[in-house]
Amino acid sequence: MALLEVRDLSVTFHRRGEKSTVAVDGVSFDVEPGQTVGLVGESGCGKSVTSLAIMGLLAKRGATVSGSAKFDGTELLTLSDRQMRDRRGRDLGMVFQDPLSSLNPVISIGLQVTEVLERHRGLSRKQAAVEAAELLDKVGIPDPKRRLTEYPHQLSGGMRQRALIAIALACRPRLLIADEPTTALDVTIQAQILALLAELVRETETALIMITHDLGVVAGLCDEVNVLYAGRVVERSGRHDLFRVPRHPYTHGLLASIPRLDAPKGERLSPIRGSVADNIPWTGGCAFAPRCPHAVDRCVETTPEMVVDQVVEGDRLLRCHNPVEPAGRAEQEMLS
Amino acid sequence: MTDAPNLVEVDGMKVHFPIRRGVVLDKTVGYVYAVDGVDLAVRQGETYGLVGESGCGKSTLGRAMLKLTEPTAGRVVFDGVDLSKLKGEPLRTMRRRMQMVFQDPMSSLDPRQSVESLLVEGMRAHGLDKDKASTAARLRELLSAVGLPSTSLRRYPHEFSGGQRQRIGIARALSVQPDLIVADEPVSALDVSVQAQVINLLEDLQAEFGLTYLVIAHDLAVVRHISDRVGVMYLGGLVEEASSDQLYATPLHPYTKALMSAVPVPDPEVEDLRERILLAGDLPSPANPPSGCRFHTRCPWRQETLCDTERPELREVLPGHRVACHYAEDIRDGRIRAHEVKAQLVQDDWDVSPDSSLAGPASVTETLG
Repeated sequence: MALLEVRDLSVTFHRRGEKSTVAVDGVSFDVEPGQTVGLVGESGCGKSVTSLAIMGLLAKRGATVSGSAKFDGTELLTLSDRQMRDRRGRDLGMVFQDPLSSLNPVISIGLQVTEVLERHRGLSRKQAAVEAAELLDKVGIPDPKRRLTEYPHQLSGGMRQRALIAIALACRPRLLIADEPTTALDVTIQAQILALLAELVRETETALIMITHDLGVVAGLCDEVNVLYAGRVVERSGRHDLFRVPRHPYTHGLLASIPRLDAPKGERLSPIRGSVADNIPWTGGCAFAPRCPHAVDRCVETTPEMVVDQVVEGDRLLRCHNPVEPAGRAEQEMLS
Repeated sequence: MTDAPNLVEVDGMKVHFPIRRGVVLDKTVGYVYAVDGVDLAVRQGETYGLVGESGCGKSTLGRAMLKLTEPTAGRVVFDGVDLSKLKGEPLRTMRRRMQMVFQDPMSSLDPRQSVESLLVEGMRAHGLDKDKASTAARLRELLSAVGLPSTSLRRYPHEFSGGQRQRIGIARALSVQPDLIVADEPVSALDVSVQAQVINLLEDLQAEFGLTYLVIAHDLAVVRHISDRVGVMYLGGLVEEASSDQLYATPLHPYTKALMSAVPVPDPEVEDLRERILLAGDLPSPANPPSGCRFHTRCPWRQETLCDTERPELREVLPGHRVACHYAEDIRDGRIRAHEVKAQLVQDDWDVSPDSSLAGPASVTETLG
């Protein structure tokens, strides 16, 4: 059994006087211990809402969560607030995108780290302080003792993100969710943080859910990748297979639209037409159909189901009536 | 494009922002050296890319080139005219020829102005709005050039998606028929699939109208894709400049090497094999830049001599390839090996007492607003 089993997770937001919005529309995936699973997609695809729903961080009013998210056999979605509080920070850790707005600006870094240790591991204040310094040291913050007494605004962006990771790791969680952990950071700092996350996962066998819009980050870090569009997973595969032969027109389009540092210069980018706002609801067909260069009549008539892809080898799930033919496959095989 | 004349020349540009303390006395306690001695030239019809991480001064340099920020020292020569000597009306007329596209289309477009009013405003200011018929024709032309439906004129910025808003921003810059467009992070606020549309649009417009671009961005892949020549900035100075192909093929400055090795490539095979140069620590404060070479505190190739005492000049190592490093050739030829660097604490030394640090800025970006 997987450490985390998400089945048919849906989140609907309600607003008075307006139509409800389905942000997540039946997402299922598994995470094994020590595995890194990526959720990739553009803004509004439901990747962050998925993680908030798993962590029980969505407001009770205005949001309906259905489906199931089992952590080590325990259903998380039906736990009481008190039970969930015991889980969060102990079994489940989370790192957010913007460290400045997720750290409390008027409480010292030290207190914010020791708080978790005292609450979940029952350490005394003194023990917690020693442990906190060790944690900061482990995530690569120089002079940790001094940093403990400082406040978030005194740290640089990269250091704040490290502090946030230290807090998330304080109780050695078995599952860590990182929601765009490097989006607010510069590339050289991003490289430091990604290396740190990879090392921690390797050392502690922590399962990691990596939420990002950056396919480059996914390519380097994730074992398995879920590509989301308009609240549903449209393609899932191991990272090597996915990047070598993207089958869903959306994945294919995403990869074709990013300029690559190592590609020959002068090639024109082939963008996906339209914007993410142009999707249609999944009920009447494929949400991506209005933007899809491969769309056929069937795409606007019946909703595609998630099926195992028979064409390429490897475990791949695909939600598409008319996937991209693996053109470069013959060449790839000849090369290898 | 190597023989094209220079459209803009920047000579010894410095922009220093004073750091002020105290309510009554308001004394200057130091300076943020946002841009500290930059020389560069942008040729007619080319795309010059400026890359660097946040706080390296790339945006300030772009703004100072258009005189949107007053430079502390140095001069900008635009098409033979020294901008630093221009004031008032002549400067205003000159501005028609240099336009800017901003990062965030939502905050750079007035939410209460319709698209028509946004586009006509600049034309009117520069006397290009002669009669109704020609203006209407020009507006249609602009909209079709940037790929917006002709029904957009009466709509307001909030009715458009991010990518479309950026198109409005570009149309506004184009409306006064400029020669130079400075695009400050033109695609970084957009989704990946839309980024490519805007990048292609910028390329098409350049071919159609013979524009010269200065593209400022932090994303190396974008800059390399769009630019003919690239300048890499670190802490207020240009550390390397070369044609975009050459820069990516043979980066000479240690910082450029590290920056390029840090950019994730969407290809697992490449990601698994490549060697990363992880830089230790953070960008030092531009209010208190390191002595000598600005990069020596984080440089894996730092040497005992010169690096911490003498600031390297930008010198031509290969034809058209300038680099500011004392040991560029030795590093290239493998005579110097990289070594481990311990992360140093970044400190703001203008703080007089420990308490006053609470009132100080948390980062460079905050200081610069």
